[in-house]
Amino acid sequence: MNGLPSRDRINAFFGKIPTHFAVISLVLIWIIPTVGLLVTSFRPVQEVNRTGWWTVFSPPRGAEDYDQFCASCHGADGKEIPTADLTDPGLVEQFPRSLQMLAMLRQDIDGKPHMGDIPLPSAQQAADISSYLQRISGIEAPPRFTINNYVDALVGYRGTNTYLKDCASGNQPVDINCNISDLLNPRGMGRAFVNSLIVTVPASILPILFAAFAGYAFAWLDFKGRYWLFAILVGLQVVPLQMTLVPISRLYAQMGLNGTFLGVWLFHTGFGLPYAIYLMRNFLGSLPRDLFESAYLDGASHWTAFYKLVIPLAMPAIASLGIFQFLWVWNDLLVALVFLGGTRPVMTYQISNMVTSLGAGWQLLTASAFLSMLLPMVVFFSLQRYFVRGMLAGAVKG
Amino acid sequence: MAKRTVPQIMRQGRLAPWLYLAPALVVMTFFIVYPMVNTIYLSFLNKNGTAPASATCVESRPCWGIFENYHYALTAELNFDSVRTAWNSFWVSSYGNNVKWIILMVTGTVVIGLAFAVLADRVKYEALAKSIIFMPMAISFVGAGVIWKFVYDYGTQNVQIGLLNAIITALGGKPVAWLSTPQINTIALIVVGVWMWTGFSMTILSAALKAVPTEIIEAARVDGASEWKVFASIMVPIILPTITVVVTTMVINVLKLFDIVYVMTGGNFGTEVIANRMYTEMYKNFNVGRGTAVAVVLIIAIIPFIYFNIQRFLEQEEIR
Repeated sequence: MNGLPSRDRINAFFGKIPTHFAVISLVLIWIIPTVGLLVTSFRPVQEVNRTGWWTVFSPPRGAEDYDQFCASCHGADGKEIPTADLTDPGLVEQFPRSLQMLAMLRQDIDGKPHMGDIPLPSAQQAADISSYLQRISGIEAPPRFTINNYVDALVGYRGTNTYLKDCASGNQPVDINCNISDLLNPRGMGRAFVNSLIVTVPASILPILFAAFAGYAFAWLDFKGRYWLFAILVGLQVVPLQMTLVPISRLYAQMGLNGTFLGVWLFHTGFGLPYAIYLMRNFLGSLPRDLFESAYLDGASHWTAFYKLVIPLAMPAIASLGIFQFLWVWNDLLVALVFLGGTRPVMTYQISNMVTSLGAGWQLLTASAFLSMLLPMVVFFSLQRYFVRGMLAGAVKG
Repeated sequence: MAKRTVPQIMRQGRLAPWLYLAPALVVMTFFIVYPMVNTIYLSFLNKNGTAPASATCVESRPCWGIFENYHYALTAELNFDSVRTAWNSFWVSSYGNNVKWIILMVTGTVVIGLAFAVLADRVKYEALAKSIIFMPMAISFVGAGVIWKFVYDYGTQNVQIGLLNAIITALGGKPVAWLSTPQINTIALIVVGVWMWTGFSMTILSAALKAVPTEIIEAARVDGASEWKVFASIMVPIILPTITVVVTTMVINVLKLFDIVYVMTGGNFGTEVIANRMYTEMYKNFNVGRGTAVAVVLIIAIIPFIYFNIQRFLEQEEIR
């Protein structure tokens, strides 16, 4: 066993190569779009619109041309000739564009041509070299990565510069205060994050609470029509949300609930319930009967049995449902669009607004999208087990 | 159906069960049952629900009387000049697009999901690979819309910052306007749907595959069946009920699908689907009658699946 792997193991390894290839390619196809979003959200706006996100680790503009035309004399770092140190901002400042650069390259130095045997670069190449020199001399070195997009997205900055620069220079846009209160600017993702949270938490707790009650009744209490009522409930799970929007928004208009959080909480509760009850009833129904028998024999009432026995035991089901409902409500656009709209914008609403109205650039859009994905991702990756379990138990809600 | 016997322990008084049920029943009646009835009623009225739909009929045009909104919902996108125009216009209408969505998205998610479930079962990093395929389930349709809009970006002649067009131009091709070229754009949107939902079918099918008894598979292998044969004639038939569940769930999802289309194209350039059309009628054209009629068409399309779901539930109850 020690040392050399057996022939079988080697064969098994090579036999599996197509499998590995297929699995890894699919995984890559699945993850690359998201990686693109993430990388882009950290790039400065000029770079986002000039080069694809996959070039982010390639050498900066002009680096190749520098190596071809200049590196042999000036050295790879530009410091080889002390009298013509290319990292000296004072020197590089004199040649900001290709025009000055080419003019200088055509001049003789100490009676010999500047470039020696090397041909002159083209105008485009000279421009690239010039921008490369500005980078290495520190005159203008745009960073590869920045968090400005996130700052701008959070505070809802829509100017042509960045929020931090505008605030530092003192000429901020009208709706920006340049202090912590900007995080709650109604146009920003910071406020939208808070709104999403306010919508999601009660809209996840309420249906689970009601479903625990109803699930208990369906699983362990006897009443007339128990069976058929539950069958109807199974049918209700697939009723499309769209069916109910108009009547509810008309009712809400009369009751003054349009544009309120309460209206959205109740709506999500109503639509979360059929699935939640279904899952809860199936879970509670699978608990051992002896448990309830002995509890009732000991004189426990149905209520004692419910909160001392059912609630603690149902925790796995409650966790599954909680994640489901949380993701569902957090990611919902339609309900938020119809009942909250722009009065209390949530994250999905803000992003869809940025997408459909032209104007917000990719740098803001990608940062906002990633901000909205942050919490679901954390919930998902930390509680994936419960999520999968809940899905396997129900597998119908969509 | 056999009358189920109720265990003695469940007799806890007449009123108690209904107290437990009351909150859920009240909320569901208010938010699901009542609106459904009301929607059906509104679909027979005019624009703002003040007169019967027949009042909106125009002289010398075909009219379906009280069903005028349905007349609009079903035929407005079609062109009946000839059989040929009717056929062509169907395939760019919301109904034709929904048919495309159903066929391609169901096939895509089930085939890729099943293939991945089988393949990932043979590698050590199965859990990691599966969570990556599954991850889009945690993202909103809006977020996915942004991610893919970026992939599909149609840049200028010189610069392609969209991955797909960058690949095409690097290979010497001409960039494609993925989201505004009819026919191509619907496919491009369906790809997003497949990307989002394959994780769902993969997870469910994978659990079903793992539940297939190993003895049966081993026995077949001993008898000399090839891996493909084992998969096609043993595994697939055993998990067929699960595949059916995934397919029906997916069809329901597709019929209700709204966000991807709303965010990525707004239903323009021939990408309209039923759910988005309903939204447009109701909240952009403010025509309640027509909007609700489209909604009723949607529920009619879903009724078979409601029936299927209840049927499946009843069968499961028989087994329990």
